[in-house]
Amino acid sequence: MPQRELAGDASHARPHLHALPGGEDGGRDKSSDGHVLIDMPERQDAEDPLRAGLRAAVEGPTSTAEREAAGGVKPGRGRALWAAAWPKLAAVALALALWELVVLSGWRPEYVLPGPGAVLARLWTDLLAGDIGVAAAITMKRALLGYAIALVTGVGLGLVLARVKVLRTAAGSLLTGLQTMPSVAWFPLAILLFQLSEAAILAVVVLGAAPSIAIGLLTSTDQVPPLLVRAGKVMGARGLALYRHIIIPAALPGFVAGLKQGWAFAWRSLMAGELLVIIGHAPSIGVRLQFSRELSDAEGLLAWMLVVMALGVLVDGLVFGALERKIREGRGLTAEHA
Amino acid sequence: MSAALPHAPLSLLSPSSTPVALRLDGVTKRHGAGGDAVVALDTMSFTVKKGEFVCVVGASGCGKSTMLNLVAGLDTPSAGKVTVAGERPALMFQESALFPWLSVEENVAFPLQMQGLSRKARAARVAELLRLVHLEKFAHRRPHELSGGMKQRVALARALAQQAELLLMDEPFAALDAMMRDHLHSELEALWQKTGLTVVFVTHNVREAVRLGDRVLLLSSRPGRLVAEYQVDLDRPRRIESPEVARMARTITDRLLEAARAAA
Ligand SMILES: Nc1ncnc2c1ncn2[C@@H]1O[C@H](COP(=O)(O)OP(=O)(O)O)[C@@H](O)[C@H]1O
Ligand SMILES: [Mg+2]
Repeated sequence: MPQRELAGDASHARPHLHALPGGEDGGRDKSSDGHVLIDMPERQDAEDPLRAGLRAAVEGPTSTAEREAAGGVKPGRGRALWAAAWPKLAAVALALALWELVVLSGWRPEYVLPGPGAVLARLWTDLLAGDIGVAAAITMKRALLGYAIALVTGVGLGLVLARVKVLRTAAGSLLTGLQTMPSVAWFPLAILLFQLSEAAILAVVVLGAAPSIAIGLLTSTDQVPPLLVRAGKVMGARGLALYRHIIIPAALPGFVAGLKQGWAFAWRSLMAGELLVIIGHAPSIGVRLQFSRELSDAEGLLAWMLVVMALGVLVDGLVFGALERKIREGRGLTAEHA
Repeated sequence: MSAALPHAPLSLLSPSSTPVALRLDGVTKRHGAGGDAVVALDTMSFTVKKGEFVCVVGASGCGKSTMLNLVAGLDTPSAGKVTVAGERPALMFQESALFPWLSVEENVAFPLQMQGLSRKARAARVAELLRLVHLEKFAHRRPHELSGGMKQRVALARALAQQAELLLMDEPFAALDAMMRDHLHSELEALWQKTGLTVVFVTHNVREAVRLGDRVLLLSSRPGRLVAEYQVDLDRPRRIESPEVARMARTITDRLLEAARAAA
């Protein structure tokens, strides 16, 4: 190998310092015995205006960060809220108008299909009377308990399957089968096993939600970019630290999507359960729906249906939607198709 | 886990008694097994001295990334030995590989966190590193808010944070436009001169290799073999469009084409 010979002597004079030059010696290289090396091309630490200009020219227009730093305006909070809210309000208004039209067309008599005005009025009186609060409390308590159990079992199952390859191969398709099975189909068996009880309802809620949560965890960990895992390993993240600092945060968006789907399944299973498994002393939303039908109380029936819809949307949007949005925005994953 | 690392502690000195930062001894790497195994690297041997800037060029698919992965300890050689001085080398990828859930500052702090540094000690080092790559104003941004060039500078700061003696770079500027690349060449060269790092820089751009390297290693394709080695005795700082760089790049490119013809 030819002997290395570099012009400028810079590299020969270069000390093998492993620490970067600290602030106190002002960027000037010192050898270990403290004498200052002067034969090195001095580099200014302060920003060279030419370089700054170049960077501005190259990056300025492309980076949102610099654009904002340059004094771009962010829309006000109230305006943003209105921008998000008005399409939803318009959609609700449109749906109510269509409903009213169907009623006005005389397709069905009003005692079978009442209009939105009557139903909303009924909703209001039931709300004031406290019926809705009581029923919603019973139903939401079941939903939360069932979902909590589903969360624990789903995450546990997902973790075990993610770690043990053989189990994954064996149980993977079974899990998909469980997820695609309509949860109502479980009720006959659940009733046989647990009679008409809270346990029967909870069992089906868990069976409905847990597979989605487990599958969400599995697919989201599968989809962690290998590049990020390699980057983590190079920087010394191994074993548990690799899971804690790389795999879990990288998998988070997919995992939350699984949680959200799990909630949708839990809510559906719960409604089916409350209609099929009537427990007399617990006037849940399902029980109220069923009673309204038996009493041919169409106004009440529709009012309670609105309650079901509102609760589902509320949890989905306020809990999972907000969580998802926060995660996605933090990573720049928000869709930009206008 | 440490048993799986292919590194042996280095107590070797080169013949000229300059300390050695990296040595490959007859390193072979096969991907896959049996009939459809790909020999990505074939009995490759070379030495990199401490403080040296070595560029590795070769057509894409010739095993450059495979070689860096072996040196970084992300993979083990099928035969031969990789010897690295000091701690785990730092590795910078073509894509920045920044963690999207962390801010710029937290990304740069990551290797320090893995080394068990306190939050306070991390903050001081990170501020210093961000100043070094001129991104101190962007400490609290998320990676998606940065341009490609800025991302690579954060990745560079993060790699430097590791305090490794050996910095491995896998086509780090390949995805950037020419102007940004020129700019980062100067920054990298200045940083290297300032810190005394050893750099192994992989690229398929011959001019870039001549612009940056003390030495250029040329790899052939399928299987990847070391076919030639060039000492670059040009004054620094160099300019990528200078006639000297162009002339030397032409020589190396000719040799590269010759190797490609021989392989075909
Ligand atoms: N994990 C892998 N499994 C199988 N083949 C691989 C793998 N990684 C790389 N290869 C093959 O090894 C060869 C060298 O790849 P690589 O090191 O990525 O080349 P370069 O970085 O020079 O473009 C290529 O032919 C590639 O297809
Ligand atoms: Mg490569």
